Amino acid sequence: MSPDIEKLTGIATQVRRDIVRMVHGCQSGHPGGSLGCADYFVALYFHVMRHNPDFHMNGKDEDLFFLSNGHISPVWYSVLARAGYFDVEELSTFRKLDTRLQGHPTTHEHLPGIRIASGSLGQGLSVAIGAAITKKMNSDPNLVYSLHGDGELQEGQIWEAAMYAPHNKVDNLISTIDVNGQQIDGSTENVLSLGNLRHKWEAFGWEVLEMNGNDMQDVVRVLELAKSKTGKGKPIMVLMQTVMGNGIDFMMHSHKWHGIAPNDEQLAAALLQLEDTKEDY
Amino acid sequence: MKKYTYSEKKDTRSGFGAGLLEAGKKNKEVVALCADLTGSLKMDAFQKEFPERFFQVGIAEANMMGMAAGMTIGGKIPYTGTFANFSTGRVYDQIRQSIAYSNKNVKVCASHAGLTLGEDGATHQILEDIGLMKMLPGMTVINPCDYNQTKAATIAIADYEGPVYLRFGRPTVPVFTDPDQKFEIGKAWMVNEGTDVSIFATGHLVWKAIEAGEKLAELGINAEIINIHTIKPLDEKAILDSVAKTGCVVSAEEHNRIGGLGDSIAQVLAKNNPAPQEYVAVNDSFGESGTPDQLMKKYGLEADDIVKAAQKSISRKQ
Repeated sequence: MSPDIEKLTGIATQVRRDIVRMVHGCQSGHPGGSLGCADYFVALYFHVMRHNPDFHMNGKDEDLFFLSNGHISPVWYSVLARAGYFDVEELSTFRKLDTRLQGHPTTHEHLPGIRIASGSLGQGLSVAIGAAITKKMNSDPNLVYSLHGDGELQEGQIWEAAMYAPHNKVDNLISTIDVNGQQIDGSTENVLSLGNLRHKWEAFGWEVLEMNGNDMQDVVRVLELAKSKTGKGKPIMVLMQTVMGNGIDFMMHSHKWHGIAPNDEQLAAALLQLEDTKEDY
Repeated sequence: MKKYTYSEKKDTRSGFGAGLLEAGKKNKEVVALCADLTGSLKMDAFQKEFPERFFQVGIAEANMMGMAAGMTIGGKIPYTGTFANFSTGRVYDQIRQSIAYSNKNVKVCASHAGLTLGEDGATHQILEDIGLMKMLPGMTVINPCDYNQTKAATIAIADYEGPVYLRFGRPTVPVFTDPDQKFEIGKAWMVNEGTDVSIFATGHLVWKAIEAGEKLAELGINAEIINIHTIKPLDEKAILDSVAKTGCVVSAEEHNRIGGLGDSIAQVLAKNNPAPQEYVAVNDSFGESGTPDQLMKKYGLEADDIVKAAQKSISRKQ
């Protein structure tokens, strides 16, 4: 089925509105990476993945997604709500006392769509590999997806997992790295250079693809290509170029919006740049 | 004093290995992961019987814990195997976030706990692991006393839904519990009923407590001995019932005196029925190289140390 790119882009615009409104509503959270990954999440949940909003933890007979860089929870919560996992009105509770939408994703409050806690970085690739192995043992042909930040690659556990998956032919796994080149203290290049990521992941034995994470057409094309490369003995790594803060001009190209919320004026300015396509919560 | 005898000594890690094989036969969802210590953990039999359910992860404990958490999604029951130090301190954050906070059905199985790992020295002898694990909300902490009990516990935890820390060791110790015992998580085991002092022991110290009980009997002291194989959830009723009778306590464990079984008991007593308590435990220090017997003696974890502690605890009764 060929996707309606215009429709997907419209959903992504609404998701970006949700993100800035959620972060503004509690005056905390991480808008930058969330905005950059909006197109990827929408493509996954509205076109690429086979998934069931009637949530079951065991995830049998459906694709699974794991978010390793849990701080971009706003984009995931928005997409889960827009995909029917829970009421969009609940987005207004983000990061507030007694919410299921904790600052970082957790199973603890039983929010539909979340299968593991994340936030402390570097752990999600191992989890995704474990889930992918269980799928194989259960003869479940569906796939496992995971998303990671580029700064997160500085954690050692990532490279333990990076070694394990190709050695053991975990080829039902499509992982993606959000290569936005930014982390809290500045650019990844200045803080701790990641070097040539394609060469690194290829050297570890992964099938490496690249995509423009802020071009919906390219996101859909490359994720479909990734699917076609599963089952061939190698795990897939997609290097996704994004711009942190994508969609809001004054938030783009800077690490400054990694983890701060817009004030009232900034929110108004941001919303002027994002059409209300699916109705605000 | 009830008479306990034994015909052989075996290591508790071998009890784990035998239990893992049995658990694997009983439940096809049981899988095992090991970080390059298959022989040390006695996981060979499981690996041989179920090669497709055994996962060699290499020297990468953090990845092992994360993978185990992920494998539960879809119904597997993963048992991870490495030394206690690398099962806890090295991977605390992975266990905390991906297993405990996420409430995953992972069994963290830890061998070579405590001083009795011996000659490798303090880098490998963890004395803080019970404390680390019991502080995690929702974590069950089990420290069985001999081969048979470790085997029974290993089988039993497969039927319990939730994260478990199972602690065992390297040295051979007397096998004195029933080979056909039913292991009940959280249910203390009455080793000997007594009236003068309650000795609450865990792991390798249970046999030392039995030896101490015999020596105390010769001195005319009737010690109650209880095996606290489950440190969390703690069998508070068994502890309080015993102390109501005896009025004083000795706790005995191969662990730092800070944060272990003794502290868990002290908390129960302080809240419900304050009573004198003496600790037989390592006095807030790291271990060192030596044979297991030399180390147990040097660090004050022998039967004689329990005897002295019992006498002191009794002397503090009002």
